[in-house]
Amino acid sequence: MGAIRLENVKKTFGNIDVIPGVDLEINDGEFVVFVGPSGCGKSTLLRLIAGLEDVTAGKILINDVDMVNESPAKRGLSMVFQSYALYPHMTVYNNIAFGLKMAGEPKAVIDEKVRNAAGILNLTDYLERRPGALSGGQRQRVAIGRAIVRNPAAFLFDEPLSNLDASLRVNMRLEITGLHQELKTTMIYVTHDQVEAMTMADKIVVLQAGRVEQVGKPMDLYAKPANKFVAGFIGSPKMNFIEGDYARARNCACVGVRPEHLLLSTEQGEIAATVKIAEHLGAETYLHVNADNIGPMTVRATGEVPLSGNDRVWLTPDPERIHRFDASGNAISN
Amino acid sequence: MDSKFKTPFGQFAYSVFAWIVGLTVFFPILWMVLTSFKSELDAVNMPPLFFDFNWTLENYSGILEQSNYFKFAMNSIILSFGSTFLGLIFAVTCAWAMAFNPTKRTKDTLLWMLSTKMMPPVGVLVPIYLVFRDWGLLDTRFGLIMVLFLMNLPIMVWMLYTYFKEIPKDILEAARMDGATLPKEIIFVLLPMALPGIASTMLLNIILAWNEAFWTLNLTTSDAAPLTAFIASYSSPEGLFWAKLSAASTLAVAPILIVGWFSQKQLVRGLTFGAVK
Ligand SMILES: Nc1ncnc2c1ncn2[C@@H]1O[C@H](COP(=O)(O)OP(=O)(O)OP(=O)(O)O)[C@@H](O)[C@H]1O
Ligand SMILES: [Mg+2]
Repeated sequence: MGAIRLENVKKTFGNIDVIPGVDLEINDGEFVVFVGPSGCGKSTLLRLIAGLEDVTAGKILINDVDMVNESPAKRGLSMVFQSYALYPHMTVYNNIAFGLKMAGEPKAVIDEKVRNAAGILNLTDYLERRPGALSGGQRQRVAIGRAIVRNPAAFLFDEPLSNLDASLRVNMRLEITGLHQELKTTMIYVTHDQVEAMTMADKIVVLQAGRVEQVGKPMDLYAKPANKFVAGFIGSPKMNFIEGDYARARNCACVGVRPEHLLLSTEQGEIAATVKIAEHLGAETYLHVNADNIGPMTVRATGEVPLSGNDRVWLTPDPERIHRFDASGNAISN
Repeated sequence: MDSKFKTPFGQFAYSVFAWIVGLTVFFPILWMVLTSFKSELDAVNMPPLFFDFNWTLENYSGILEQSNYFKFAMNSIILSFGSTFLGLIFAVTCAWAMAFNPTKRTKDTLLWMLSTKMMPPVGVLVPIYLVFRDWGLLDTRFGLIMVLFLMNLPIMVWMLYTYFKEIPKDILEAARMDGATLPKEIIFVLLPMALPGIASTMLLNIILAWNEAFWTLNLTTSDAAPLTAFIASYSSPEGLFWAKLSAASTLAVAPILIVGWFSQKQLVRGLTFGAVK
């Protein structure tokens, strides 16, 4: 069981308001992802929940009990660090067993739990090794193993995959998602990679400068971003923002169109543009164009499109899928 | 190593220089050991005799008969180990706080601690002597352990601080998440990881305490007197007996020299304050 509720949680370092006040509801068993640009306070928020930092004000309720004054150990949460933070002087076995030993579990129980976790994470052959003799992916698994044996109310992950190379990252992403489906334990996962956020989350929390910009299901954030910041942050390549006359004609300060929602033509369309750079990925083509009277835009076309620099193209936004924003950046409902 | 040492001549010059420095540093010790095997007459012979004298053990046997070497040696061991272990308990906790929970004033505190080492000890001899006299601490092992411990504490804190700084905070936080209490976090996670640093800190402090002469000579007479006092007792006012004095000195430094020899690697690491990994 792990339902977590933040009530007006604040954190200041010295006189810097890192978290000016966050309210958040995390349901039992949910996979929640905190995303946001670097320095927006994701780690700080996670560490506040973990108890590694003290809140300046507010409440953190875990299963309806206010935990702000409890030590990390008492909160019953497990954390996986970006740096893995394994104990370098202990074997993999002892790394995983450490938390159980601290809890004073009997030896036989520890042994069973450690071997069970090692089995789930494919670490059985490495139990006697030291972390120094493991690959990055294996270390990450040990860190996860250390977290799961304690049977926590929730798992906290702070950018656990950012030290891994691209292909391993995809594998570990799938493994963590699989683990969540198997354990059904609440997970809070911090990342600045919006692909991880989109693919893993039940619920995404978009943060900026310590504020929650929007909370929702990945597809809701994609389809109905609450403001320009969320619209620009979720989705890759980034959403195009068009201001000026084009926006004024549509009764708003700014129009947002995702690169995949632009119909591409070499003959006619709403917006005329010149191709600057064409990126051919095979399955799709990214065109970076300079639109007449508008400026740089990105277009994402499926399949191979035989275009290159200086070609003239025409773009037509899908009218169902344009986003309109007012002068302060908030979305205007269509 | 600097690239200019890579030419053959540079390397040669470097070796010669290193040998000169090494021999200069080592010579007094060699001379002391040689003299300890001479008769008093040979010891003061002009020109000095290097190896062609009558080797004798009479100084050693005389000394061991005359005074209780083992009592002094035992005091040296108790004082240096005692003050080092006591210091370690305080220094580990201080360094933990400074390395992992620094405040704005941590750097200043560290500098201030070190600055106490810049004061000449003789400046506080009288007050400390009076305190010791009034509290009945003169010539007690306990009193001396306290003085040696306090004297070396700044260095211990500095050394441990620099070692602890190299340990990622994440790992300690992981231990906290794993349910370790503060003492367990320090004992099971921090200390094992900092073991090389702690070993060299201990070693250096044992050596410093072993060789400390100012306080040990001024605050002891017999009961708590360590080997420094033992040496001093041979530079008597009746005139110097060089050979005997050398033998006494050799006996006094031999244990620590042997310990130091075997732990050279640790020491170098410690003295470079963790700069060499
Ligand atoms: N101990 C601290 N003292 C002072 N300021 C801090 C401290 N820890 C974090 N901050 C500040 O708080 C802000 C948020 O930091 P945080 O580490 O939470 O960001 P983040 O969102 O995790 O970024 P990243 O994606 O780069 O990890 C930053 O501006 C940072 O400088
Ligand atoms: Mg972070």
